[in-house]
Amino acid sequence: MFDFIVSKYNYWIYITLMMIGFYAMIGKKNLVKKVIGMNIFQTAIILFFISTASKRSATLPIIEHSHGHEEHVIEAASYLNPLPHVLMLTAIVVMVSTLGVALAILIKIYRRYNTLEEDEILQLKK
Amino acid sequence: MTRLTDDIIIRAVARIMIPFIQIYALYVIMHGHHSPGGGFQGGVILGASFILYLITHGLEEARARMSELKAGIFSASGLLIYSGIGLLCLILGSNFLDYGRLSLILKVIPAQARSLGILGVEIGVGITVMAVMFSIFFDISTGGIIPEDEEIKEENG
Amino acid sequence: MRVLLILTVVVTGLILIYGTQDMPDWGDPNSPPSTHVSPRYLEKTLAETATPNAVTSVLADYRGYDTLGETTVIFTAGVSCILILRTRKKQKKVDQNSNPDKT
Repeated sequence: MFDFIVSKYNYWIYITLMMIGFYAMIGKKNLVKKVIGMNIFQTAIILFFISTASKRSATLPIIEHSHGHEEHVIEAASYLNPLPHVLMLTAIVVMVSTLGVALAILIKIYRRYNTLEEDEILQLKK
Repeated sequence: MTRLTDDIIIRAVARIMIPFIQIYALYVIMHGHHSPGGGFQGGVILGASFILYLITHGLEEARARMSELKAGIFSASGLLIYSGIGLLCLILGSNFLDYGRLSLILKVIPAQARSLGILGVEIGVGITVMAVMFSIFFDISTGGIIPEDEEIKEENG
Repeated sequence: MRVLLILTVVVTGLILIYGTQDMPDWGDPNSPPSTHVSPRYLEKTLAETATPNAVTSVLADYRGYDTLGETTVIFTAGVSCILILRTRKKQKKVDQNSNPDKT
């Protein structure tokens, strides 16, 4: 049981974070709070992906090399998995860009309806 | 809308900091082969330096250095550099974005040509990310309403 | 209503936590994400691309087409921000009518 908790608790932390974002997305009425919830959700997913890259007693995925170009054996187990880092590196920048688009749409909504509360907007639409 | 701040400390510190931030951003882009870094990270740092200039020195001065038109051109040209390198590989007779073939014009071994191709691609990504970060911040902070140049003069006069 | 929301969130979280039983352990070198293609990237990056940083070589060389797509997404986000917000109005009109709190 103790081993189970120690080996899995990182996922539980990300799930907690993800559920905080999920609650903000479905529970809050203010559209800015919904966008913040979406960001928390994305952050949880990024943390989850990054944690799949970890290997015990491994170092950064930058290969140790000398300038003499002599061949030496590279053990993959002593370097972290580079693939999740690559995928999340692009995902973070895309996250910032989508945040910008979301805020632009919110500015447009505010100009049209003079409010950012969801229920008030729905009433005004009727 | 952002404008010139009254606080001289903020302006002076920003003026000292911005060149160092930009040099560090270029270092992060160029040294991405041997240390943590690369086009995305360096581009974001470079964009942050322009955003700092926009916050501290106001819209009018910032538009003289980095206008929204320039940001649009830069963001498109970065993507053009990226796909242009890919097309160059295609023209030289290999697959799209297969940099090994660049050794024909760079006169180095294929592994080194790949390294240089990666560098070119990272520079393109950095330019695009920098320009898009600045452009998004510019649009959101001004609300998209850009005063025409003559109107600014009229306001001041 | 609020109770229903919290119940939904908690139940979803519990289902996800139940699903983590089958996930690989933290720091396991033999986990599925670190076995198939990632050791090959790490072993060949120095010989094939002369780039010690495996993240950079995977980003721009092995998966360069993916990164081209991501860059296009960022460019599209910038363009859509411009399309959504930007208007080249005459500043005078804006001042007189709809923007009394001049910046």
